[in-house]
Amino acid sequence: MHLSEGILSGPVLFSGAALAVAGTAVGLKKLDYDRIAQTGILSAAFFVASLIHVPIGPTSVHLLLNGIVGLLLGWCAFPAILIALLLQALFFQFGGLTTLGVNTVVMALPAVICYYLFSPFINKNQVITIISAYACGFFCVFLSAVLVGAALMFTEKNFLEISMMVVAAHLPVMIIEGFITTFCIVFLKKVQPSMITH
Amino acid sequence: MIEEPFASGNSIIHGIDPRFRVAAATFYSFAVALCYQFQPLIAALAVALVSVLLSEVGLKTVFKRLVVVNGFILLFWIVLPLTYKGKIVYSLGPVNVYLAGIVFAAKITIKSNAILLVLISFIATMTFATLGHTLSRFKLPEKLVFLLMITYRYIFVIQQEYQKIIRSIKIRGFKPKTTLHTYKTFAYVIGMLLIRASERANRVYNAMRCRGFKGKYYSLTYFTADTKSWVFVTIVFGVTSGILLMEFLING
Repeated sequence: MHLSEGILSGPVLFSGAALAVAGTAVGLKKLDYDRIAQTGILSAAFFVASLIHVPIGPTSVHLLLNGIVGLLLGWCAFPAILIALLLQALFFQFGGLTTLGVNTVVMALPAVICYYLFSPFINKNQVITIISAYACGFFCVFLSAVLVGAALMFTEKNFLEISMMVVAAHLPVMIIEGFITTFCIVFLKKVQPSMITH
Repeated sequence: MIEEPFASGNSIIHGIDPRFRVAAATFYSFAVALCYQFQPLIAALAVALVSVLLSEVGLKTVFKRLVVVNGFILLFWIVLPLTYKGKIVYSLGPVNVYLAGIVFAAKITIKSNAILLVLISFIATMTFATLGHTLSRFKLPEKLVFLLMITYRYIFVIQQEYQKIIRSIKIRGFKPKTTLHTYKTFAYVIGMLLIRASERANRVYNAMRCRGFKGKYYSLTYFTADTKSWVFVTIVFGVTSGILLMEFLING
């Protein structure tokens, strides 16, 4: 989910950047040197996975996966997502320098929130795992859409309709993301449980 | 799938010290993002067009990138003229078209494209590795630069892993559709990708430790600030300051 360059106002851009710096600082502080290789290669995997286009009816959507990023990386989601966005800006010119902060917050803040809300339940029995993983995937995309909407609203109050449209348009993504997160977490628990037990 | 089409070249822009390009692009982008009047925005777009021409990048690829980004802007063209309350220019029954909405959408379009073009010509003309070394010169946290380099290094490896998995599910006759089975399959592909990435990370980290990794990433690239880099950065900062001044004068 991206906000393009040239839309948001100065105060929104600068507060986004300030929040992103704070989040990244916490993430880096929590990241030990013996975890950097792990975090870096996992964020490379997330970068590649986010390019997958999943069909939905006649069109397709690409995945955000910030729910799984949050569950796997916790606070390190901030630096990992910041780097992924920088890579996207350089490779595809999605987003750019001024919106880097806002876009990082849009993607990473929900990831961290979902990490705190749902990771305690991921290692419980199968039913609780399934419910909390679905909620995590769904809620994370929902929060991101709401943050995009909020960034637009703080820029200009006339953006109300566009903000609502952004949130509504992401509803199918939320549903799919919920399914993907559930299947993925159940799979990881079965195949490589050490990845999700902290 | 993932490539850096603008990174190699022999243009004037490619020859300028990457540190100066990053500084110039950052200053320009933030300055233009703060402009709201047509005159400075058009001046900014002109600067952006000149810099794209100077960087001699493939205009066809540039155009493709612009189309993608303007797709999102199109949403503003559809919604804003109908909802941005102000003077009505046209009404059709209950639907009013507002002038302010059209003006705002036009400003966003110019601004967005100008910033994008400068990003392409100043920053996308270096490889990500060069950008990483440049950022380490700007005193960004060492851990962040290291994480950035290792992510970049492994994206292409992971991409090959991904293509391997996709090939194998295609051979088994997988066709993506809007079904739960499709989502399950993609979720397993992602899960497998994450497991392979994690196992690879363990091997990489062990190999790094065997080679004496002490938690520091050494950048052996040296940048030289020559005359043309100084001239470049002076011109960009000068012109951008001019654009900002224009904005303040018109705004009063």
